Amino acid sequence: MGDLNLKTLTELRDGFRAGEFSAREIATSFNDAIVAARSLNAYTIETPDAALVAADAADAARASGDLKPLSGIPLGIKDLFATEGVDSTSGSNILRGFKPPYESTVSGKLKAAGAGMLGKLNMDEFAMGSSNETSAYGPVISPWKRNDGGNAALTPGGSSGGSAAAVSAGLAPGVTGTDTGGSIRQPAAFTGISGIKPTYGRCSRWGIVAFASSLDQAGPMARTVRDCAILLENMTGFDPKDATSLDLPVPQWEAGLSSDLKGKKVGIPKEYRIDGVPDEINAIWDRGIEWLKDAGAEVVPISLPHTKYALPTYYIIAPAEASSNLARYDGVRYGLRETPEGGNLDAMYSATREAGFGAEVKRRIMIGTYVLSAGFYDAYFNKAQKVRTLIKRDFRDAFRQCDLILTPTAPSAAFGLNEKMSDPLAMYLNDVFAVPASLAGLPAMSVPGGLDGQGLPLGLHLIGNELDEQGVLNAGLAIEERAGFTARAEKWW
Amino acid sequence: MVSDYRIKGETGEWEVVIGLEVHAQVVSNAKLFSGAATAFGAEPNTQVSLVDAAMPGMLPVPNRECIRQAVRTGMAIDAKINKWSRFDRKNYFYADLPQGYQISQLYHPLVGEGEVTVLLDEKDESSARTIGVERIHVEQDAGKLMHDQHPTMSYVDLNRSGVALMEIVSKPDMRSPAEAGAYLRKLRAILRYVGSCDGNMEEGSMRADVNVSVRKPGDEFGTRTETKNVNSVRFVMAVIEHEARRQVDLIEEGGTVAQETRLYDPDKNVTRTLRSKEDAHDYRYFPDPDLLPLELDDAFLDECRKSLPELPDAKRKRYELMGISAYNASVLTAEVETAGWFDALLSNDVDPKQASNWVVAELFGALNRLGVSIAECPVSPAHAADLLKLVADGTISGSIAKTVFEKMLESGDPAGAIVEREGLKQTSDTGAIDAEIDRILAANADKVEQYKAGKEQLFGFFVGQTMKAMAGKANPQIVNERLRAKLS
Repeated sequence: MGDLNLKTLTELRDGFRAGEFSAREIATSFNDAIVAARSLNAYTIETPDAALVAADAADAARASGDLKPLSGIPLGIKDLFATEGVDSTSGSNILRGFKPPYESTVSGKLKAAGAGMLGKLNMDEFAMGSSNETSAYGPVISPWKRNDGGNAALTPGGSSGGSAAAVSAGLAPGVTGTDTGGSIRQPAAFTGISGIKPTYGRCSRWGIVAFASSLDQAGPMARTVRDCAILLENMTGFDPKDATSLDLPVPQWEAGLSSDLKGKKVGIPKEYRIDGVPDEINAIWDRGIEWLKDAGAEVVPISLPHTKYALPTYYIIAPAEASSNLARYDGVRYGLRETPEGGNLDAMYSATREAGFGAEVKRRIMIGTYVLSAGFYDAYFNKAQKVRTLIKRDFRDAFRQCDLILTPTAPSAAFGLNEKMSDPLAMYLNDVFAVPASLAGLPAMSVPGGLDGQGLPLGLHLIGNELDEQGVLNAGLAIEERAGFTARAEKWW
Repeated sequence: MVSDYRIKGETGEWEVVIGLEVHAQVVSNAKLFSGAATAFGAEPNTQVSLVDAAMPGMLPVPNRECIRQAVRTGMAIDAKINKWSRFDRKNYFYADLPQGYQISQLYHPLVGEGEVTVLLDEKDESSARTIGVERIHVEQDAGKLMHDQHPTMSYVDLNRSGVALMEIVSKPDMRSPAEAGAYLRKLRAILRYVGSCDGNMEEGSMRADVNVSVRKPGDEFGTRTETKNVNSVRFVMAVIEHEARRQVDLIEEGGTVAQETRLYDPDKNVTRTLRSKEDAHDYRYFPDPDLLPLELDDAFLDECRKSLPELPDAKRKRYELMGISAYNASVLTAEVETAGWFDALLSNDVDPKQASNWVVAELFGALNRLGVSIAECPVSPAHAADLLKLVADGTISGSIAKTVFEKMLESGDPAGAIVEREGLKQTSDTGAIDAEIDRILAANADKVEQYKAGKEQLFGFFVGQTMKAMAGKANPQIVNERLRAKLS
């Protein structure tokens, strides 16, 4: 049986159903792997008992013949999701020890579908970061190493860095991530796994700690496109508790999977060929184009003229919303409270937030406060909202000429820890390809394309039209079948 | 008509310019963005949902009933209803504001311009003033701090946190405390007719921010101050008087009025600075990304319009057309409960004018004496109608009716039963009446002399004596007729 934790989610589901192994064996395999991989710092909280309880329920369900879609499958849950009675800290000191009395809609749906929980996954603080280095729990170490003989610790990307590392290292067959401006796709690309951010509104945001409400969207990360489709089906759906939730039926994405792209047009946006991006990135993009052609698609050049404004627009809108969303962490009702001797309410606020928030979160709160303040609102926030509309229009126009868009996921492979922490702008550039789809609320996915010269994974990025997750998944599957990406990080932990 | 209210200063007369921002709590079982209940007076922090406490990851979902009530209120003041509106976040830190922002509507309010017509003198149509309303928007209330529970700490009660408020913003159209008082009372009446706010100022369901400035008549507007959270009509009028006087004195002493927020201290009847313009918050308003724009369709608006009751002005005009005096019509329509009771009385086919006089004089007097509201009136409109009909058809006299009404109030019995039981029926028996008149005239021969000599006002004395002798039951018309015949 061996190494159950290295199987894909689909293999586990099917093998469990076929009676090849029990759910308890699956859960135990992952629980053991997690303990053995603590040096990766992927999990902030391990919940082996919860995984076993769900596994035993799955084994009983199999015996009685009432299996649920995810019976037998244990998952890792990003710490941004509220999980009832289990620490939900968003990677922040200000929420350290916070155990919500409620369960997020998305994690609740997964559990209702039979999934167990292995633990909570490390992440950049409040999902603000692209390297998982802003976490109050310390960085996640990528299981991947460069093949240069050095032993540099690499980032798994972020903000869903714990999620990506867990899947990549066999510490979960699938996980939840959230993506505000690339936080599912960039770490998926850095760790050689797949991850999809659905159309804004597909996943309820209820119970997911808000970073930037108009951009935040949950999604699955897993080894394969099919694994992602299975999870996505069990995460999405209308939620009356989220006013921005889409009131639409959930498509059967797994059943709809097909890598035959005949009749599909794939757009290649010229604006994504940017200076300073390594040749290897463009080379894997070109290979991706050939694979999609091979799958029957027609490739057409397109233009998304406002692409270069996407990153600055994102870094106005997201911090603006964050500065307001994070105002509730004030020490009054829950989380950290610092009360300086003799201090008043304002002193409590200052001390609590000074101690509770890390540098990157403070930076974004300050940026957001600035762009919303009187006298700057029109020049920054309002202007950014208008540019966002133009970016949406770019995509709308493009999707008159094509069904899908293919780009690289990130402008580089995984970088070393501490390489970019002192240069926020260089860090922000990580998401240059991911952010436009976030601003437009479109479904987008990263799938592994291959390895670079240093032996590190590179991702290919598919952007679909509104609600066309199926198109994105199908193109992802076509690439997956042709890329033959089977590389895994060699176990060193 | 232009107000002649003036503040007299050293340098001449000053005109006062007033605008009111009225915060009215929407009548609804649930809060604006959460399912939590809204009962007043509940134990602290028992009416609080996860959303109201701004727990991590919680999201607001608009309560349709609150929106409906605000739309109906807008319709009741003939305001433009905006079919597309949006919620904005008003960001500031305070311990009673769990989210760190209030969800409100700055840029695109639900209701646009409307107006309220007030009468400064209930007897005089020419005293009417039209006060413009700039907008009505919907927003969340905050919680409250309790400073008296602990020696060094303040406690927070979030029961009110998230309760729906309508902010009704007037134009700076008022020029005297009386106009402001009339506007506030009229607005309260309209809200209570519509049923969108209970208007209970003591419980804080309705409170006003009072904007006051002064100027020499004809000049540009002066700098205004805003006195927050004034919770009675009387206090609003006091704030205006005090604040106008303070501003005039300040200017005439060579100072300038600072644009600032002030608080009213009703015990000392003064206002004092809460925060100056320099300390003013930068609220960093921006559209709430958790909420989609509010789009209202025609069916919804139609339902809102159809559900509106007859409003005070329309009702007053209808009453006047029935022959009811302007004063009575005004008094009877001032409170929705009174108007409702009176409408029920009218539905029993009584004479409107007679009925209105009786309600204003007799019923109100009785309620005052008993110290009860009309809602608690022990006599039903149907029973009152029976009483009025007994007077109208001559069965009892007006003065006997007062006695009967007293007994109705005590016993709750119908008028007819009381009249029957107590033998109070009016008599038109001329034999009996004549006999009493003869006896009275004989006993008062001196007065008869004086009357015949021209002291005609003595006629009333004879009527009174006769009625007294008949225990009030004689038909006054017949008494009059017989007396005139016998004295001529």
